[in-house]
Amino acid sequence: MAAASGLSGWLHRMTDSDVWWSFKSSPMTVAAAVATVLIIAVAFLSPLLAPHTPFDPVTLNLSDGLKPPVLVSPDGEWAFPLGTDDQGRDILSSIMYGTRLSLVVSLAAVAVAMVIGISLGLISGYFGGTIDAVIMRVADVQLTFPAILVALLIDGVVRGLISVKRHDEIAIFVVVGAIGLSFWVSYARTVRGSVMVERNKEYVQAARVIGLSPLLIMVRHVLPNVTGPVLVIATLNLGLAIITEATLSFLGVGLPSTEPSLGTLIRLGNEVLQSGDWWITVFPGVTLAVLVLAVNLLGDWLRDALNPKLR
Amino acid sequence: MLAFILRRILQSIAVLVAVGLVSFSLFRYVGDPINAMVGQDTTMEEREVLREKLGLNDSAPIQFLRFIGNAARGNFGLSYRTSEPVGRLILERVPATLELSFCAAVFVLFVGVPMGVYTGLYPKHWSSRLLQAVSLIGISLPTFLIGILLILVFAVMLHWLPSFGRGETVQVGWWTTNFLTWSGLKALILPAITLGLFQLTLIMRLVRSEMLEVMRADYIKFARARGLTNRAINFGHALKNTLVPVITVAGLQLGSLIAFAVVTETVFAWPGVGQLFIQSVQFSDIPVMAAYLLLIGLFFVLINLIVDLLYFAVDPRLRSQGGGARVAGH
Repeated sequence: MAAASGLSGWLHRMTDSDVWWSFKSSPMTVAAAVATVLIIAVAFLSPLLAPHTPFDPVTLNLSDGLKPPVLVSPDGEWAFPLGTDDQGRDILSSIMYGTRLSLVVSLAAVAVAMVIGISLGLISGYFGGTIDAVIMRVADVQLTFPAILVALLIDGVVRGLISVKRHDEIAIFVVVGAIGLSFWVSYARTVRGSVMVERNKEYVQAARVIGLSPLLIMVRHVLPNVTGPVLVIATLNLGLAIITEATLSFLGVGLPSTEPSLGTLIRLGNEVLQSGDWWITVFPGVTLAVLVLAVNLLGDWLRDALNPKLR
Repeated sequence: MLAFILRRILQSIAVLVAVGLVSFSLFRYVGDPINAMVGQDTTMEEREVLREKLGLNDSAPIQFLRFIGNAARGNFGLSYRTSEPVGRLILERVPATLELSFCAAVFVLFVGVPMGVYTGLYPKHWSSRLLQAVSLIGISLPTFLIGILLILVFAVMLHWLPSFGRGETVQVGWWTTNFLTWSGLKALILPAITLGLFQLTLIMRLVRSEMLEVMRADYIKFARARGLTNRAINFGHALKNTLVPVITVAGLQLGSLIAFAVVTETVFAWPGVGQLFIQSVQFSDIPVMAAYLLLIGLFFVLINLIVDLLYFAVDPRLRSQGGGARVAGH
């Protein structure tokens, strides 16, 4: 009973807020939210929804290879609505599984970046001094380079350190780590800035006076006050992370073709593009573009909605 | 002002030293220079002799200084993959990347800035709204996808333009150029558009929002009251005052052009430095990666420095204060 009223109270608070109002009054944002939720739902339910299991070799039949999409050619079959690739894999199912993998990798990468960035930002802002200077100089140096280059470099270094066979097994962790490590700077800078403002406020001084440990003060008292900007960066970063993962996989240094993400699918399709079999590339590409566009629109809206200057 | 410039140069050197350290540790500790030079049947003693001869047993700081000294003379060791000198491999490919990036930059500035000015001056016009919507899609499309779509339409379907390689090039000294043959020029079009499109949308949106802001300023109203022509107001007063942030972003985007050349060169099989870098990542060819990192580091630091110094040229307020305030940091 208490839980139920808690939930309805929370719902009421949400539907009564400024943010909800600004969300409702922007049809573009609502459309983006619907698209994002839809893509995420379909991707994570792909084992249930997908008509085929494209990466189980037992279910493949080479005679199904290179079927065009149903709606553009009489050669298509309804069993493969978006056509098949040269191995006879159903494009629609590949996209569903691929989107799931892309989302898992990008979400994990953003989480890694958040954890690293927030921790270093908190430490930097709360303690100041030498440790702050060191962290911020490292951030400056890294910011000199675009994230994609940093991710490529980390990926290359890991490849140099381990054998090729092992690499395919841990490729997903390497990609998550590489993207995560290339995105932490913006969190660290934002959190540091907010912490430096917060740490001199009375509630933090009061917490210090009653003898709470710095860790507890940072996590329980300072952190909740910087969640707004962090949330905005995370949403905008998710779009970037999806693109970065797709780019790495497209360049052949991301996820292996045995476990393809959207980027890998586009790379595989690109190899046969010259022969005119466009659907193998174009449908994963469109999915990627729509996903990134929807996430970016949400991020843009969130940035404006949480920015008190624009109210 | 002099103090500011000095401080900026010192900072740049510090960044370069940091990049050099990363590059050195890659070269020395991730890769093993000895393995790259000898065959499998070389004995441990022979390896040890070679190790001593190359100075790999010296202390780390001395090795680092030697690495930097060699790098300054263009000596980065041998590639693991092709056993050629890395310096020469890179030098052969520099013209391709620079010509591609140059064309993309020209495309970005000469199309992006006018589009931004136009949409900023007439924000309500339907064509401005259309450009604004298209630019949002442009920002969400990854570079490699733009390239693939362009190849699909203009090379595979219409057969208008080539989809890979540089076409015929002409040798001018050690530099190979695309600009002197028809097929070389044709080969540049799709890669340059691909590389530039993302930055183009970025510059357009930036110029637009800056123009919108400036056009509301009092001095614009005053200029109108004085009866100046629209042309003088739009370009002499408004555009000039949007330049500071535009220069920052354009400068930093020049760096991104070089970075994303990695992707574009892979899509179009363009024989530039970026393609070399991707191959080195795929084969974990450490000396090439270390050299690329150092070069790109030098390049980025120079760009950042030049961008900062350009502020003084564009913004008289900075000169009078002599302060080091970055007007629009990243």
